[in-house]
Amino acid sequence: MGKGSVQLDELISQEYRHGFYTPLDADAVPRGLSEDVIRLISAKKQEPAFMLEWRLKAFRHWLTMSEPHWATVHHPPIDYQDIVYYSAPRGKGDGPKSLAEVDPELLRTYEKLGVPLQERELLAGVAVDAVFDSVSVATTFKDKLASLGIVFCSFSEAVRDHPDLVQEYLGSVVPYTDNFFATLNSAVFSDGSFCYIPPGVRCPMELSTYFRINAKNTGQFERTLIIADRGAYVSYLEGCTAPMRDENQLHAAVVELIAREGAEIKYSTVQNWYPGDKEGKGGIYNFVTKRGDCREANSKISWTQVETGSAITWKYPSVILRGDNSVGEFHSVALTNHWQQADTGTKMIHLGRNTRSTILSKGISAGHGSNAYRGLVKVAKSAAGARNYTQCDSLLLGDRCAAHTFPYIEVKNPTARVEHEASTSRIGEDQLFYCQSRGISAEDAVSLIVSGFCKEVFKQLPMEFAVEAQKLLGVSLEGSIG
Amino acid sequence: MRETAMLEIRNLHVTVDDKPILRGLELEVHAGEVHAIMGPNGSGKSTLAHVLAGREGYVVTQGEVRYMGRDLLALAPEERAREGIFLAFQYPVEIPGVANIYLLKAALNAMRRHRGEAELDAVDFLALVKGKLRLMDMDETLLYRAVNEGFSGGEKKRNEILQMAVLEPRLAILDETDSGLDIDALKVVANGVNAMRGRERAMILVTHYQRLLDYIRPDRVHVLAQGRIALSGGPDLAQELERRGYAWVEAEARGQQAGAAGGQR
Repeated sequence: MGKGSVQLDELISQEYRHGFYTPLDADAVPRGLSEDVIRLISAKKQEPAFMLEWRLKAFRHWLTMSEPHWATVHHPPIDYQDIVYYSAPRGKGDGPKSLAEVDPELLRTYEKLGVPLQERELLAGVAVDAVFDSVSVATTFKDKLASLGIVFCSFSEAVRDHPDLVQEYLGSVVPYTDNFFATLNSAVFSDGSFCYIPPGVRCPMELSTYFRINAKNTGQFERTLIIADRGAYVSYLEGCTAPMRDENQLHAAVVELIAREGAEIKYSTVQNWYPGDKEGKGGIYNFVTKRGDCREANSKISWTQVETGSAITWKYPSVILRGDNSVGEFHSVALTNHWQQADTGTKMIHLGRNTRSTILSKGISAGHGSNAYRGLVKVAKSAAGARNYTQCDSLLLGDRCAAHTFPYIEVKNPTARVEHEASTSRIGEDQLFYCQSRGISAEDAVSLIVSGFCKEVFKQLPMEFAVEAQKLLGVSLEGSIG
Repeated sequence: MRETAMLEIRNLHVTVDDKPILRGLELEVHAGEVHAIMGPNGSGKSTLAHVLAGREGYVVTQGEVRYMGRDLLALAPEERAREGIFLAFQYPVEIPGVANIYLLKAALNAMRRHRGEAELDAVDFLALVKGKLRLMDMDETLLYRAVNEGFSGGEKKRNEILQMAVLEPRLAILDETDSGLDIDALKVVANGVNAMRGRERAMILVTHYQRLLDYIRPDRVHVLAQGRIALSGGPDLAQELERRGYAWVEAEARGQQAGAAGGQR
């Protein structure tokens, strides 16, 4: 092994840059999970009776379930009684009315993260609903959106101000019985984002949420619900980071999207949770259920994700193509480095006639990283004329990482057309040397090769996000070569 | 008195996987000259090309290489490239998803930055590269295809020469650029190379066959055997090798080496 492979190692062993901890007083419930804890959470949030009922039903169901182990990820057992299920920055129980009320320390944290929370975001056209641990601390642009009839607020506010909408749609895509982690989330979720776009309204700006896990030993269980009513359009951005810690933290979120007739939802994620250190110590366990429902005809839901963080990623953003002619898309870049593990992919469930889905998955493994694509394409008997195209590409850096592809295809209608393509390639020292011999540094060469590999997915991201995603990949891969 | 050589190789010993390949190679190349390095398979021709470009795995155990008066071996591969050394690969590497034009632009701008010049924007760059394309008789669509991916053998080699034309190196090393080319492609490549000959630029052509030298007339021809230059001459030497083969040169080189190493055996 010569100099080149050492360089390659350095390139892919970049330290986590968002690993700072903000010392804030936190208002937390005691460790562990019981009906009392759930009642306490619900009471703290002053929730209506239907919410508490729903949580308790979920909790009782959860007690009958066991943790799933079918994914190609490995972790020590999680002690669910050793987690703090609710933590809010103290004094923020009611939620601040404006930025001026927000703890300056908190604002500095966001600044370090580069969340545009101030005036400049007006220029950027981003409305941010920032979730800090469990309570939404600042929601911007609400007034401007309200004038269009758009509701964009924290989940807690939605429960308070729009209980009818919440009651109608909550759990209608991901029921509280869905899976171990989603059921846990249903019982204990503390906050999240809520968005409703009324009929015929095209949301004039990208809506954005920045999630961040701050307090120690806090599981983050947020819940996002987005409804695009008939003919509505919304593009939603989600970004995530978490501070550096030795313990593993659990993140079990649920995202539900509902697109009604002719509506379109574009959901983009850049996930940069703390991945653990070079030895695989610490890092976020990210067990997330994301699902969209193209509930009525001619609707469209597209997921775009760039996953560079977390010790473990377990995530399958899916689309139920219920309405005729509805369209589902999944575009994904997943990077695993050091000892990170990702088991990610999608499910496209074709129920309506002439429904179409596209899956484009790009997995990058480096170090000892393990990357699995797991995808289900299901065409029901009712889905005449359904079409799917799937492409899964894997890129390997070095020779200690792994890539797996698990495509599941179930077709019950003979008129369906399903295509699957897969490839695996490796960044070789010959490619690096080739670029270097053209004057390009090894570091830039790796970025160049990786961004070439991810190009088709980045194209799907909104402009500012694409730039961020590209930077993030660069950061995750760059190193300190002399 | 002659000016200082652009490239000066003294007593160069190189091992690959602990196996000695080059054993005391001496070579001097001056600006404006074209040198052909010939020799049988396994004589160390490609090793010489790679060691000059800085490829890892080629370990210099003795000797020195000076380029423009500097210690070349102390420089990283990308620094050598930015200082004007260009290697045209025998087997150009594929980079999926990266457009050819993107690599070219990144490379040229890396060199311009190094020289303290402003980077070219997309418009100026495209104008420059289109001019070079005409020179290489290459189709513009090649710019937008992924680097070398799905290129025919001839396209790959032409692409190397296109890169050379865009980067305008001081010292170009062409490693078996003629191998695998049909006669038309060979002419195109040779035209590109000839168009780039100039007083400020030196070239080293590494080749097994004399065929390329029908189209590019070298100033000097060297025969590598047993890891060193066994024989040097003018352009006529290439023709003699074509007639007589390499065996006689090799035999002589072996004789010399045995003589030199005599007492130790």
